[in-house]
Amino acid sequence: MSSSTFFGVAELSYFLAMATYISYIAFRKNAIGVTATAITVFGFLNQSIAFIIRWVDSYHFWVESTPASAFIESLLRSAPLRNLYESLIFFVWSLILIHLIIEFIYKNRTLGAFVLPVAALALAFIDVSGVSTEIQPLIPALQSNWLLFHVLLSFLGYAAFGVSFGAAVAYLVMVTESRLEKSYIFWSIIVGVFMVVLIAMGFDYLSLSTMQRGELLQSYFLKATFRSASGSVVAVSWVISIAFIFVIWRFGLGLKRVLSALSITPNMLDDITYKSIAIGFPLFTIGGLIMGAIWANSAWGKYWTWDPKETWSLITWFVYALYLHARFVAGWRGKRVAILAVIGFVAVIFTYLGVNLVLSGLHSYGG
Amino acid sequence: MENKEKKDVFDIIWDFFSSVKLAVVILISLSLTSIIGTIVEQRADQATNIALLAKFFGDSMAPTVYNIFVKLGFMDMYHSWWFVGLLVLFSINLTVCSLDRFPKTLRLVQTPMKPQGENAIKNLPVKKELSVRSGQTTAKDEVLNSFRSSRYRVFEATGGNAVQLYSQKGKYTRFGVYVVHLSILLIFVGAIIGARLGFRGFLNLPEGDSYSYIYTSDGRTIPLGFTIHCNWYDTIYYKDTNTPQEFHSELVITEGGREILKKVVEVNDPLKYRGITFYQSSYGMIPDAVGEFIIQVTAKGGQEKTLRLFPGETFEISGEDFRGTIVNFSPALTRDSRTGALTTFSDNMINPAVAIEFDRAGEGKSTGWILKRIPETGNLPDGARIRFLDYWGVEYTGLQVSKDPGVGFIYLACILMTIGLYACFFMSHKKIWVNIGPDPSGEKGHTKISVGGTASKNRLAFEKELEKILAKASRSIEERSKK
Repeated sequence: MSSSTFFGVAELSYFLAMATYISYIAFRKNAIGVTATAITVFGFLNQSIAFIIRWVDSYHFWVESTPASAFIESLLRSAPLRNLYESLIFFVWSLILIHLIIEFIYKNRTLGAFVLPVAALALAFIDVSGVSTEIQPLIPALQSNWLLFHVLLSFLGYAAFGVSFGAAVAYLVMVTESRLEKSYIFWSIIVGVFMVVLIAMGFDYLSLSTMQRGELLQSYFLKATFRSASGSVVAVSWVISIAFIFVIWRFGLGLKRVLSALSITPNMLDDITYKSIAIGFPLFTIGGLIMGAIWANSAWGKYWTWDPKETWSLITWFVYALYLHARFVAGWRGKRVAILAVIGFVAVIFTYLGVNLVLSGLHSYGG
Repeated sequence: MENKEKKDVFDIIWDFFSSVKLAVVILISLSLTSIIGTIVEQRADQATNIALLAKFFGDSMAPTVYNIFVKLGFMDMYHSWWFVGLLVLFSINLTVCSLDRFPKTLRLVQTPMKPQGENAIKNLPVKKELSVRSGQTTAKDEVLNSFRSSRYRVFEATGGNAVQLYSQKGKYTRFGVYVVHLSILLIFVGAIIGARLGFRGFLNLPEGDSYSYIYTSDGRTIPLGFTIHCNWYDTIYYKDTNTPQEFHSELVITEGGREILKKVVEVNDPLKYRGITFYQSSYGMIPDAVGEFIIQVTAKGGQEKTLRLFPGETFEISGEDFRGTIVNFSPALTRDSRTGALTTFSDNMINPAVAIEFDRAGEGKSTGWILKRIPETGNLPDGARIRFLDYWGVEYTGLQVSKDPGVGFIYLACILMTIGLYACFFMSHKKIWVNIGPDPSGEKGHTKISVGGTASKNRLAFEKELEKILAKASRSIEERSKK
């Protein structure tokens, strides 16, 4: 079977797992929670197989075009972490991995309802953004031993940040008391925007015919709603979205009650947020910034050029540095640091996707 | 009150710069202002950014806004006085904060561990207790061995009828954060040295040409002190595609007419000489250049010869009864999918082809294309071969040239930061006290072991480690008491 078959199974599993985790917190039946974990593990195994098959395929592809290269070199050059598609997939894989580890350590399944949607967002984006799924030849700039380690560590860092985001949002949900509280308004807007984007991508996907899905060359991201050619569709999308976010704000306190009935505590969530950042921060600094700088110096002759990608990763780094110092040196606790953790991941998303979609620069391979 | 009056100017400045509040403000300011430079294209030409601003402010306002932005330094903001000022403030804050806290950490690390009372041990965040059926000495020995095999240096103290073992590990990890801060300062040092003493420039070096100076990006001319020569430039494509696999060129360094160094540079593999590095970064065609066709001919008997021919020149192959003339060249030959005619699809040498006119005695003239990327196109029916190797002298290699004496500091900073972060986040300072004394329950032949400890990070892992060490000790004690 091909890599894409296994990946398709994994993708379906993750969407199903997301729904199951959400039902678990809604109905609080242990059996549902166990099912959610089982589906996630099943998806993860499938994706791992898909990843290995793709690596093997890429290896053969590489060896065919460059028969002279040695085994280790070929293996490094063919690691499936070379473009936006492959990096998004690896992001999802790392996110699920870290999620499963945390679920195992803390013996608590609640967080799935907050982390799986992040994975779903990335998966939906793969489907509608028209990223190429083909195994492509490696362009000269990427032919470096740094590629594997730079991307690997950066994305493990991103995934850890993704988990901290889920935990921080859940934390805010649990500790805010009134609809007029700033932290409450903050989380309801963040959750609202994420859900709107996820649903909008669902519309993108549904409005594409099966044939179009297969050979999407250009981004169809939000083309069915906010970026539609028809002005009235755009207007309606905005109105509905704002109404939707309003509804979340209006009824969000219900979510707090649902979470409070579960075994998870705000302290646990705060701890998970911190621990994920404590893993993500060094990985991202070493893999993303340091290795990136060393590689840039050997490829372009300058370790730092204030390229938008570099600058945004620095901004992300500043936000998480702020989180760590606010917590340990300035003694900030609770909502304020949780908000920083959420902002940090928004910066990650912008570093990762926003820069490639909106801004231009040297680092235009995707991811 | 008295203290407040004694505060001199120095104290006030010190307090200002050592405040965490300032650090928070600086980090937020750096993040927010950095965003500007990712939206407004830096060091771009005026028209690009006016067009961008017109999207936000309208056509009529855009030039005014542009002028304001220029005055604010937004068009080259990472080098503007205020952004550099923020970075200076950031490094002062970082230095003062670190110096402010360092003595406390140093004391913490230098103060030797002291034995603790039994009650104090019970109040530590991590604690374990167990009772073993053995004498005190046996118990002590085995606990000692178990800690030692986990690489703890154990100290011993006796008090009353109990003995206490204590040990710590990883106290130097407390310095991790200072190492990270130092590495950030080193990056600034490296960056300043690079900006003051280094340069960055570009060199479009035509095939067969030599240069002994380069132009920097800010328009200065810098003599290299040696000569750099380009033997050739070439793009390799992946088989059957127009996707480049490698851009590379052969460079030669000469000094006083003597060849010093020869290297094929490619992306990710530059040439370095006397602190100046040449990076393969682009390529292109020299306008209106006339080059030489490098053609390799092989006669039927296997006799090989390489020819360098100008357009219009004629050649012969021994044993063949024709004269070949170079009559045409295409940098990127393709067959039009609709008309079937041969056309050129790019100005770059993506699929170079040479047209040779064969003048055979008695048979008249015929023309054929020979493609560089498809050598078989040069196979003649009788076994002789013509290979089109290169159209030489029409391309230039685009080299990024840079000298950065500060880069050593950057690498050092990278290593220090990695070590510092590792110590900060993946290691912890662990302290353990073990009190070994008679079991208060009074059971004869029993010894009570009470353990207490602290860890600066990751208490969970520390607890597991302690449990493992104690389990090992109690197993050994049991084995010994059986004997």
